[in-house]
Amino acid sequence: MTDQTPVLRLEGIVKTFPGVRALDGVSLNIMPGEVHALMGENGAGKSTLMKVLGGIYQPDEGQIIVGEAPSVMSSPLDAKAKGIVFIHQELSLADELSVAENIYLGELPRKRFGMVDWDTLYRRTDAILDKLKVGFNAKTIVGDLSIANQQMVEIARALTVEAKAVIFDEPTASLTDAEKVVLFEVISDLQAQGVGIVYISHRMEEIFKITDRISVLRDGSYRSTVNTADTNEESITQLMIGRSLDLSRNESHHELGDVALEVRGLSCGNLYTDVSFEVRRGEVLGFYGLVGAGRTEIAETLFGLRDPSAGTVLLDGVETTINSPADAISKGISLVPEDRKGQGLVLGMNCRDNMTLPQVDDLTAGPFVAEGSEVAIFDQYRDKLDIRTPGWKQIVGNLSGGNQQKIVIGKWLSMHPSVLIVDEPTRGIDVGSKAEIHNLIRDLAAQGYAVIVISSEMPEVLHVSDRIVAMYSGKVMRTFTSEEVTEESLIQAISGLSSDKAA
Amino acid sequence: METGKYSKYLKSGAIWGFIVLELIFFTIAGEFLSLSDKAFMDADNMLLLFKQSAPIGIIAMGMTIIMVNGNIDLSVGAIYAICAIVLLDSMTWPMFATLGDGVIPVAWALALLVGVLLGALNGLIVWKTGVDAFIVTLGSMLGYRGLVFMYNGEQPTSHLNWTLVDFAEAQFLGLHTPTWFLLIATTAIWFLMNRTVHGRNAYAIGNNREAAVNAGIRVGPHIMINFMIIGFLSALSAVVFYSESGSVNPNDGELYELWVITAVVLGGTKLTGGAGSIVGTFGGVLAIQLLRKGLSHIGADTSTVNLVIGLILIAVLFLDRQLNIKGKEELKV
Repeated sequence: MTDQTPVLRLEGIVKTFPGVRALDGVSLNIMPGEVHALMGENGAGKSTLMKVLGGIYQPDEGQIIVGEAPSVMSSPLDAKAKGIVFIHQELSLADELSVAENIYLGELPRKRFGMVDWDTLYRRTDAILDKLKVGFNAKTIVGDLSIANQQMVEIARALTVEAKAVIFDEPTASLTDAEKVVLFEVISDLQAQGVGIVYISHRMEEIFKITDRISVLRDGSYRSTVNTADTNEESITQLMIGRSLDLSRNESHHELGDVALEVRGLSCGNLYTDVSFEVRRGEVLGFYGLVGAGRTEIAETLFGLRDPSAGTVLLDGVETTINSPADAISKGISLVPEDRKGQGLVLGMNCRDNMTLPQVDDLTAGPFVAEGSEVAIFDQYRDKLDIRTPGWKQIVGNLSGGNQQKIVIGKWLSMHPSVLIVDEPTRGIDVGSKAEIHNLIRDLAAQGYAVIVISSEMPEVLHVSDRIVAMYSGKVMRTFTSEEVTEESLIQAISGLSSDKAA
Repeated sequence: METGKYSKYLKSGAIWGFIVLELIFFTIAGEFLSLSDKAFMDADNMLLLFKQSAPIGIIAMGMTIIMVNGNIDLSVGAIYAICAIVLLDSMTWPMFATLGDGVIPVAWALALLVGVLLGALNGLIVWKTGVDAFIVTLGSMLGYRGLVFMYNGEQPTSHLNWTLVDFAEAQFLGLHTPTWFLLIATTAIWFLMNRTVHGRNAYAIGNNREAAVNAGIRVGPHIMINFMIIGFLSALSAVVFYSESGSVNPNDGELYELWVITAVVLGGTKLTGGAGSIVGTFGGVLAIQLLRKGLSHIGADTSTVNLVIGLILIAVLFLDRQLNIKGKEELKV
């Protein structure tokens, strides 16, 4: 393999977004006929790198070399024309159109006068679909297909051109085992034709089954490339998480009270199934898993935003159904949502109004809003949570991320909940404020709140939780106490490896 | 998936079922309530119905492609009025005086050209500024209407050319000239949307803009072409109608945008774009015209007609929403 020219080379790619250096001098060689795994934690920069490669982002520095020629990928179509095909993780399909039109989106075969050449289109598409052994044809409307079959449509796009390199971003996320087998056959076909494959996945067993080499990214920078045959799961895991992170675990435990919330066999369609757990007063329960594992959906169900399809929810030992957010709030459940700016705050409103938003209906003096009591509530939680703002008149949009998050938390605390669910509490918050939020979460538990923390960041989960629930594609894999958890066992649990293998 | 298929058939067939229902209702109700002794389903009456559908119907074809593309155009009524003025006024211009009846194709071409240009201006602004089409065309609706009033003040612009009137009132194979234009516009846009790359890309853009961009479809030019098409069709609608009437008031075409959008939405096009069909829009246009005609046949006045159409539109959108909720696991909003 050494004397061959790489089909694709990346040299010193740098990409910055305002405030973040998403990629920091990443280099990578993809050889013809190899399957090259790209691994890293959530946010390590894998997707950004692939978007640079696919022409969706332009790199700030560095070079992309296809074959021998340095190339600029000005657009996705340009990348495709140069033989770089990108199979997206999120489905990028038009669901009202047919399978054939989606596969050839942007490059429908033409006849005279800009007319679509339907015969050619359907013939070519059916040939591709035959190869994929799927149970639908070119004329099927994409919206009628299952998510797994839609993923197969996405994959079929790779087969429309003479590709030099194909990038698969989490292709198996929604596939069944039988479909995976077909996908792996497709990949080995491509391999045999000398196509270079970049394979992004969190699933170790797949990586070790089909890849030739593994490159690891961490915090936007390139770590190492190893031959798959010469390594094992543990050393890859170590490369991914590194040693520099503060992985200290929570060691203090508060006195636990009664069970505040218990969930038994909760399911919601195919978003998550048979989820059971309990949280006591004074306890922080962490939910850790990959994006799409169903964690946020559970929180949304508990907050009355989704109807569960099965299972029961018990509050203080009493079975309840939660019909709406208003219902959830009145029963003592509060949700600090994932997207602080979009879902948690009204950015253009001031601090006081944001904080009293859920109860402003009750804070009235005659027909008017009782501003005095609003200010009193704000002052109380400003002191309690140490929110740094010049005054209640400050517009929330002008505060730092950490202080914004405290406003959201204060808003819910002022509703006197017994269960507080915090989804991604420190997303987009700088390191110093992160520690503060973490301490705050611990304090809240100490005061007797039952707290659920959902996070994609392992250090965070380890740091704040008394117990950790590991989720993988809608199922609870294992529940750890903070004493027994290790980074390796946690990573393996959320990658779908069975617990006996992890031990 | 079974229920999905069922609701799909229900949706595409609904408008035609509604039309049949209207026909039955007005035929029966007409027996008792109508002052005229002619039946509602009289052949002449139906031919007239098609003819009267033409002005709204021709524009609605353009609106379908605009809405499928994920945009909207509120300026069609104003473009319609401007093009009507251009058509009638240009026939009196001294520089064309030597042409005789040869002025007719020149005036037609001028009016259509103006329509295309005004549409192109809308499209260019939407494309280049990225401002929502609703706002852009709200502005151009007011602006273009202002131009209409600047041209001749509150006065109507009139010019009757009898050759033109004869052409416009002619019946070929039993159908009136405007009906033919409606049918031609319908066929042409149907062909454009179902058979050409441009049309399919318009669906893709409206359905999932990000996917379209990722697939390398150039969104802007497609949007601009669609605005030119609707500009052309607004002009065509004006040309067909005013060839016969010969006089345009500065208020003419007001609220056309709303009638047109109503017809398109009744015909099953999604307000958010990505789905819709020309055949459905054709049904929507007929359904509205039938309702207007039928209600006046049984003696209701204009205000009742508007009330009924308004209620039906809301009922249709509610039904559509119910059919589109996919499952219980969906996030409640």
